[in-house]
Amino acid sequence: MDTFALLLQGLSVAIQPINLLYALVGVTLGTAVGVLPGIGPATTVALLLPVTYKLDPAGSLIMFAGIYYGGMYGGSTTSILLNTPGESASIVTALEGNKMAKAGRGGPALATAAIGSFVAGLIATIALAFLAPWVVKFALAFGPREYFALMVLAFVTVSAAFGDSALRGLTSLFIGLTLGIIGIDLQTGQARLSFGIPDLLDGVEVTTLAVAMFAIGETLFVAAQGKRAPETVEPVRGSLWMSAKDWARSWKPWLRGTVIGFPIGAMPAGGAEIGTFFSYAAEKKLSKHPEEFGHGAIEGVAGPEAANNASAAGTLVPLLTLGLPTSATAAIMLAGFQQYGLQPGPLLFTSNPQLVWGLIASLLIANLMLIVLNLPLIGLWVKLLTIPKPWLYAGILLFATLGTIGANPSVFELGMLLAFGLLGYGLRLFHFPIAPVVVGLILGPMAEQQLRRALAISQGDVLVLFTSPISATLLALAALALIVPLILRARGKGQVLAAVAADND
Amino acid sequence: MIEPMAQANKQRRPDWAALVIAAGLMALALLVAWDASRLGAGGAYARIGPQTIPYAIAICLAGLAVWTIIAAYRHDFPERDQQDFPPVLWIVGGLIAQMALIRYAGFSIATGFLFAMTARGMGKVSLPLALLSGILISAFVWFVFARLLQLTLPAGPPEHLLTQGYELITAPFKAAPGSAT
Repeated sequence: MDTFALLLQGLSVAIQPINLLYALVGVTLGTAVGVLPGIGPATTVALLLPVTYKLDPAGSLIMFAGIYYGGMYGGSTTSILLNTPGESASIVTALEGNKMAKAGRGGPALATAAIGSFVAGLIATIALAFLAPWVVKFALAFGPREYFALMVLAFVTVSAAFGDSALRGLTSLFIGLTLGIIGIDLQTGQARLSFGIPDLLDGVEVTTLAVAMFAIGETLFVAAQGKRAPETVEPVRGSLWMSAKDWARSWKPWLRGTVIGFPIGAMPAGGAEIGTFFSYAAEKKLSKHPEEFGHGAIEGVAGPEAANNASAAGTLVPLLTLGLPTSATAAIMLAGFQQYGLQPGPLLFTSNPQLVWGLIASLLIANLMLIVLNLPLIGLWVKLLTIPKPWLYAGILLFATLGTIGANPSVFELGMLLAFGLLGYGLRLFHFPIAPVVVGLILGPMAEQQLRRALAISQGDVLVLFTSPISATLLALAALALIVPLILRARGKGQVLAAVAADND
Repeated sequence: MIEPMAQANKQRRPDWAALVIAAGLMALALLVAWDASRLGAGGAYARIGPQTIPYAIAICLAGLAVWTIIAAYRHDFPERDQQDFPPVLWIVGGLIAQMALIRYAGFSIATGFLFAMTARGMGKVSLPLALLSGILISAFVWFVFARLLQLTLPAGPPEHLLTQGYELITAPFKAAPGSAT
């Protein structure tokens, strides 16, 4: 069957009323958490995992993907109106968007962000549909050593290649990898790093770690900043509609943002925020009005907003076809698949095509829902920003602990939540990135499994990792991704890398 | 002329917080290595067993600890902002209160305490009011998730009251078809 037939079949799954409902709940929640500071799509999916345990797998995954897409839309609202990015992929949007809002052009800024997200989401989702079968064909040739090499590459790009310090990125990664070895070793049944505590035998739950690191760590960090810089919400003045000139200046950045964002998301290179920085830089260079940059240039909103949605779709390519998460949200979505006993990868496309193609098709529908939710209903979302901070964070912690208690109502689990929350606060305080910890925890045990399998086949010969051309290439790329940024930073050219720091979601 | 002095002084003194981090990483490396040393190999000819990866991680952690020490002396760590600790203590206290209460008082009361103390930490709010609203919101959340979505959430006095009230209200509707037969 060709991609079109599969996509149509997926659409027939996605338009079932119950799945439409899941998608609607997902995009609504996603927009809300995108708008709210301090809670992003990664946290939300982590919070919902235990709650959705008893629901239908296809529906829940459709909802999770809706949250991811919705978060990308909602984040722009906070950036533009509050100058505080709702999530990390919208940091760049704040640069020009907030200036536009201050100049009374908040409406067109929100419109170009939403329409740009729609255009990018649409194109990138279709690109996902066409690219996925091709990658699957390629991935069928992958053995344990290729998977191991791929995961090593993901480790390096997520932790060390971008950001302001390879040392801190790698430290975060290794904290995650250390947490990953806790529990019973699947091959020999021996308990590792468990110290005789029965609660640790099953290992650290990805959801507990993610909720603690993101929701609790962030809350503690915000609380510790005290009352600095009072935040003011810029009211949306004037028309929401873009003038003909705005359209003329926006459509090219949308397309360029998509072209930049999608491959960056699809490569094992980290989250959606990296593409936004490249897109901003490109627009600044290509603009006919470079003097407007820094004072509210519409291209600086249109491009990065398209790029972050395209990246979100791109991230789903390695996740669905290889089972390889390249962002914190994708890592938690992987935990979502595993919760239902599903392992994303080439086999899922043949064993469960209904689910995979239903999920991809539902993204197209979610995208349509989002533009409706975000343009006419923008006033509703702005109201969310006026919730006083004490009630907002009290509510976030209520739901953060609800998920953990629901998954495992034990005092020990709550203790881990507190401990990891404090760890998350400490990491933020010293500018350690958070995403590598989560990716290390979920990908570490998988990488170990693949390595041991590869070495069992070769009877312990380590050279086998380098004799396959694919795995040798991937390992060489990983080495380059580790060494080149180190040299760049040592020669004082680190600002570029620091600017594209991959942080939260 | 004081400034260059201070600068030089600062340069000579290592970044103590970073040294503490390095010590923590080293301790973690030793812990992982010690734990790995107790593990048996996975069979006679497996050259890679359950202890291999932990040893590799321990070596990397130790390497990162050394790297962090170098960074501490070179002041590579970014400056930290002044931290406001009382709010943090309120929130941590809230999490501990929830942990202590959840077994005995149930979800609503325990989470109500967390809610109130978090709100108090984030700004000036009336503690009794926050506690009352926290318990009421948590009870509502408990009802939705435990009764309607069948999540296992610990029940205490307020939850039992809620369940009984719910049964009392719905009893006539449930009894109706039964009495007809």
